[in-house]
Amino acid sequence: MPDSTPPSRRTFLLASSAGMAVSGLGMPFFANAKDAPVELDKYQPEYLNAEEWSFILAATARLIPSEGDGPGALETHVPVFIDRQLAGEYGSAKDWYMEGPHDPTVGADRGWQTPLNPAELYRKAIPAFNAWCQSRWNKDFKDLPAEQQDEALTALQKGEAKLAPELSIFFTTLLANTKEGYFADPMYGGNYGMQAWSYIGFPGARASFSEWVDQHNRKYPLGPVSIKGERA
Amino acid sequence: MARIEKKKDVVIVGLGWTGAIAGIELAAEGLEIVALERGRDQNTVPEFKYPNQIDELRYGVRFKNMQHPSQQTVTVRRSASETALPYRSLGSFLPGNGVGGAGTHWNGLLWRPQAEEIQLRSYVKEHWGESIIPEGMNLMDYPVSYDELEPFFTRFDHVAGISGKAGNIKGKIQPGGNPFEGWRSEEYPMPPLPSTYDSTKFEAACKAMGYHTFPAPAAIASTAYVNPYGMQMAPCNFCGFCERFGCYQYSKSSPQTTILDALKRKPNFTYRTHAEVLRVESSADGKTATGVTYFDATTQEEVFQPADLVILSSFQLNNVHLLLVSGIGKPYDPVTNEGVTGKNYAYQMNGGVTMFFKDDNFNPFIGHGANGICIDDFSVNQNDFGKLGFIGGAYWRSGAFNGQPIRTMPLPAGTPSWGGKWKESIKEYYGHAMSIGTHGSHMAYRANHLDLDPTYKDPHGRPLMRMTFNWQENDLKMNQYMKLKAGEVGRSMKPDVIQLAFKDVGTQYDVRPYQTTHTTGGHIMSESPLEGVVNRYCQAWDKHNVFVMGAGNFVQNTQYNPTGMVGGLAYWTVNAIRTLYLRNPRPLV
Repeated sequence: MPDSTPPSRRTFLLASSAGMAVSGLGMPFFANAKDAPVELDKYQPEYLNAEEWSFILAATARLIPSEGDGPGALETHVPVFIDRQLAGEYGSAKDWYMEGPHDPTVGADRGWQTPLNPAELYRKAIPAFNAWCQSRWNKDFKDLPAEQQDEALTALQKGEAKLAPELSIFFTTLLANTKEGYFADPMYGGNYGMQAWSYIGFPGARASFSEWVDQHNRKYPLGPVSIKGERA
Repeated sequence: MARIEKKKDVVIVGLGWTGAIAGIELAAEGLEIVALERGRDQNTVPEFKYPNQIDELRYGVRFKNMQHPSQQTVTVRRSASETALPYRSLGSFLPGNGVGGAGTHWNGLLWRPQAEEIQLRSYVKEHWGESIIPEGMNLMDYPVSYDELEPFFTRFDHVAGISGKAGNIKGKIQPGGNPFEGWRSEEYPMPPLPSTYDSTKFEAACKAMGYHTFPAPAAIASTAYVNPYGMQMAPCNFCGFCERFGCYQYSKSSPQTTILDALKRKPNFTYRTHAEVLRVESSADGKTATGVTYFDATTQEEVFQPADLVILSSFQLNNVHLLLVSGIGKPYDPVTNEGVTGKNYAYQMNGGVTMFFKDDNFNPFIGHGANGICIDDFSVNQNDFGKLGFIGGAYWRSGAFNGQPIRTMPLPAGTPSWGGKWKESIKEYYGHAMSIGTHGSHMAYRANHLDLDPTYKDPHGRPLMRMTFNWQENDLKMNQYMKLKAGEVGRSMKPDVIQLAFKDVGTQYDVRPYQTTHTTGGHIMSESPLEGVVNRYCQAWDKHNVFVMGAGNFVQNTQYNPTGMVGGLAYWTVNAIRTLYLRNPRPLV
């Protein structure tokens, strides 16, 4: 049996049409103050320590840079997303089979074989990668100029910046989590203001297109909505 | 043992498609039935309701609707010389969990196999001789014919509420349908869904090349519909959240939308969730099962559920695991090719063409799981195996089924995976790409099989099941033929950029990227107890009161999505139980 009695779809629709009317009057984007995301520089990480947080800020800013058209990882609060994911069920690999023995030396095509969960992976890989940057440039990653940061990330991606086998999946994980944070619903902390969805033209949780199926080769005109009913 | 439950006439293990079918059909006989489901209860409301389900991260990427490997998983190796390692996080395939099973999160492509695929060994033998069958391929006939199954395919079409256009009604070819399909006794219950822009482009290109286009058969309602159990479906609104999601709209066929509410009203049917069956218990003489032992997660104890009839209807991999740990059927030995349980594990051989059209707007988020236009011109019964050098075939489809950007962001080959150029490219190409998918058969081989892992254990202390699986040359050659032909169609459409993704000969199985959840075999049907686990009625050769449902019965995989065959076989099996078994329980063969 259902665990709880939720509001009906009708209730939701009424609530969201009220929200539409309000936002038309120039109300702030986040109608619900308790859900309003904090600014990136005021964010208190839940999982990442200071060294890790500054690394994530610096690395995601190169993976999805702010320059050029469209928002970057920082504008979309990707670091907040990553911190919250690592603090939660994903970080602890709650749903995964993590029993030993582990063999992290096998090929990448055997899947996740490190004994570390994602939270532990970030914890160990960040200092290891910083140590590699130190050995090369005598600086932590975050203190390198953008060009050398790109060079370092490229070396990490190609396996030229060699980490221990149990950390070899770090770049793949960091990049995947960065893109997840860019494109996931904003309630997870990233995709701030649905900027990434607006940028590419994905309408988010609209999820109702009957009248659009036959309108071939015509760009869908409406902006995104989020699961909480925000509009952009 | 802490608890013994009151004896039932029937115990059903797993409440997905086949468990729900067994439940409602056997409930009509007045039998006392209990279904045991490992996962949570799930209903359209609240579990799949709008807008919560429209969450790519939670359901599409973190797989919250799926079986969690922490509960149950397999180990995988590509050959006997490799050490199998656990499938720790989901990738290649996504078994379901909870009431409705994988029937809640599927795409809704509802095919029936071609008659030639049901008797494939005989078909090959008759046309080219057995000498073309490669060494190590366990090519088999199903021990049942297409004609025998047809009424049950049709029955499942009615229950599941399929939208489509028939191509062959009682041998008469129908314009607009698939001329190469097996005969059907009547038209689909609902007309086809409308086409999105990408599929109309594909349709025009195929017609110009003389191919035979038809709408994909969709377990997605195109109109309001009431099925034979009185269950109501509503027309699909192309929300674009089928695969990996429960349907919030009552449009996608699932046990929830087509059977369960009717079943739950039967006073002689009950179900228990968070009840994971650990083993089938055997009678002293070994000829029958006495019931099943399960773990009740609510009370944290093992429970014995006695029953006269045991229906194993969990996901294919879990059914095989349960048979192996219960000692039903002799475990398969690939060295001697003897034994049956775990034999003929097969998968699916798929490829894809992606085409970029900078000036076209595809709105890829408008779609559904079974959207699109198909051709069957390169299907099993159209290919000259002798000339082409492989046994098999594929159906092709073009039609958007999700535009969710974390997972669905096709970019031209060579685009950097991060940085400024990546950011530029996602804007340039999102919404300006379409694809053709080829969905191909997969044969069974001695080398690909399932057994118990010597090292890794599940939370109940049972060995994990071990999958030994790799791609084989026959199917890879079939895939390369599809690459050649689908590439021609793609290029004829004059895209700005085209790229072809087809596994080539020598490709190793990679467990990371999603490929398909169409895992088959392991408790195959057979003419004799030496060749398979179950007879032509899906009744265990070893224990006549155990019937085993699902894609594990497939002797090898067909070129189509398996659910149509799974549903048809389930109705065939319960019909045999109702008309042959109940009045005189015995081995039916």
